[in-house]
Amino acid sequence: MSIFEDITAIQNIIYIVASILFISGIKMLGKEDTAVKGNFLSAFAMFIAVLATIIFIVDPVILLGGILLGAIIGSTIALKVKMTSIPEMVALFNGFGGLATFLIAWSEYNSIPDNYFQYLLVMVTIYIGGVTFTGSLIAYGKLSEKLKIAKTSIVTKIFTTIFYGSILFLIFSILLPFLPALGFNFFTVLLAITLLGGIGFVLPIGGGDMPVVISLLNSFSGIAAAFAGLLLLNNVLIVAGSLVGASGLILTVIMAKAMNRSINNILFVGYASASKGSSSEEQGEVSPINVADAFLILESASSVLIIPGYGMAVAQAQHVVRELGELLEENGTEVKYGIHPVAGRMPGHMNVLLAEANVPYDVLAEPDDVNPIMDSVDVAVVIGANDVVNPSATEEPGSPIYGMPIIEVHNAKTVFVLKRSMSSGFAGVQNPLFFKQNTRMLFGDAKESIGGLVSEFKD
Amino acid sequence: MEIYALLGFVLILSIYLGLELISKVPSTLHTPLMSGANAISGIALVGALVLSTDSNLQSAIAFLAVLFASINVFGGYLVTNRMLKMFKKK
Repeated sequence: MSIFEDITAIQNIIYIVASILFISGIKMLGKEDTAVKGNFLSAFAMFIAVLATIIFIVDPVILLGGILLGAIIGSTIALKVKMTSIPEMVALFNGFGGLATFLIAWSEYNSIPDNYFQYLLVMVTIYIGGVTFTGSLIAYGKLSEKLKIAKTSIVTKIFTTIFYGSILFLIFSILLPFLPALGFNFFTVLLAITLLGGIGFVLPIGGGDMPVVISLLNSFSGIAAAFAGLLLLNNVLIVAGSLVGASGLILTVIMAKAMNRSINNILFVGYASASKGSSSEEQGEVSPINVADAFLILESASSVLIIPGYGMAVAQAQHVVRELGELLEENGTEVKYGIHPVAGRMPGHMNVLLAEANVPYDVLAEPDDVNPIMDSVDVAVVIGANDVVNPSATEEPGSPIYGMPIIEVHNAKTVFVLKRSMSSGFAGVQNPLFFKQNTRMLFGDAKESIGGLVSEFKD
Repeated sequence: MEIYALLGFVLILSIYLGLELISKVPSTLHTPLMSGANAISGIALVGALVLSTDSNLQSAIAFLAVLFASINVFGGYLVTNRMLKMFKKK
């Protein structure tokens, strides 16, 4: 054996160790007690995998320079970003991973593939990586509210068409070696149409469906890395990429189930064309309430359930909410938080916001935990949530959201709904909860209303 | 071609393993899991480091691939760590 072969053998052993550490790391990331350690373990796996690769580095100036610059940029963003901007940050980093695999496949194409299977892998990796990249950028734009283009606008329609066109062009590119030679540079067209297609993939998807899309893009970035691993014959890329692909897929399915919709419906249909025949026309009167009266009811309550939604994130109300929760507990009230899996704009969005505000995670309950005991809840406080507490989902078979698992606050003794105005939720469905006998509407900015309740308690 | 069959086997097994390992994640950890998995997808860095730098174009592609994969790795792990540190028990 030559020295070169020895080094390759050692490198492969390190890759296997790294793969095992990635597997343990992601497993530990799925449990509260071990999550921090799991993340460290996976970071360590990344470190040794990169170290084992650097041995073979061809051009240290360019490549180590790239790592250094990437480390500075990545760390700066990660340490400076506000916790409320986490959804868009995750989308952005995810896009960069997709871009890296897109570039890897591009480079491999320029090095001229040895056989058809390699050629096929190049095409597929380019496509998944490229769509992940621009799709994630659009998700970033939507989540940070920098990008506001309606689903019905002509721009959206053009890009959606390009997306379908890009799939056809990918198939064409894959079949190309079997077709007679063509007189144009198809590869440049593939690069361009893939990137434009990614825009068209995410552009028509609405804000409330973002948790699904962002999970799916997460899965794509892993699958793209795994394909790049097949292309480069690199086992650690395959194992790590597959794990990410699997975890993204699981989250996607959880999110879709929490909306009672198929992934196909979320991605390609949307709420707009869901059946309209709902009978929500008979509405009746809403009963508004002011802060002072709401305080009196809360003060005498013995159990309170808080249901946050995207509105709490927008109003940045998580800190006052935590303060109110603590004051209620000092007053002898039992306080729980009911968290719907798709509340907010990414999986677990509400959990992160409340954790940032120092709410311990063991008072956060899932719908299945709170629904059975709902009739013993004195006051359910809905803060900027709408569709996830809409009783139409259980009561009205004609409603577009019928069948979606909700937090059944309408079964609580009293419901406070904190809301800016009477506009309907993301799904565009009227919410009969607002007109129920036991519902009181507390209109206004969530942060101000809760702040008002907090100062009442302090007086 | 045998090498592809073998690596394809590794791919399928790893996906299956991933699905088994992560199937029951508490919703508290949905975001950190996504963000942590996202950092792992930065493993593309290992692939980017072995790309050819034969021509100017190839060097540029390799540099950008390393750069963006590194941003993904460093940013992903640090943001996940920051997030997980916030989760506290009562």
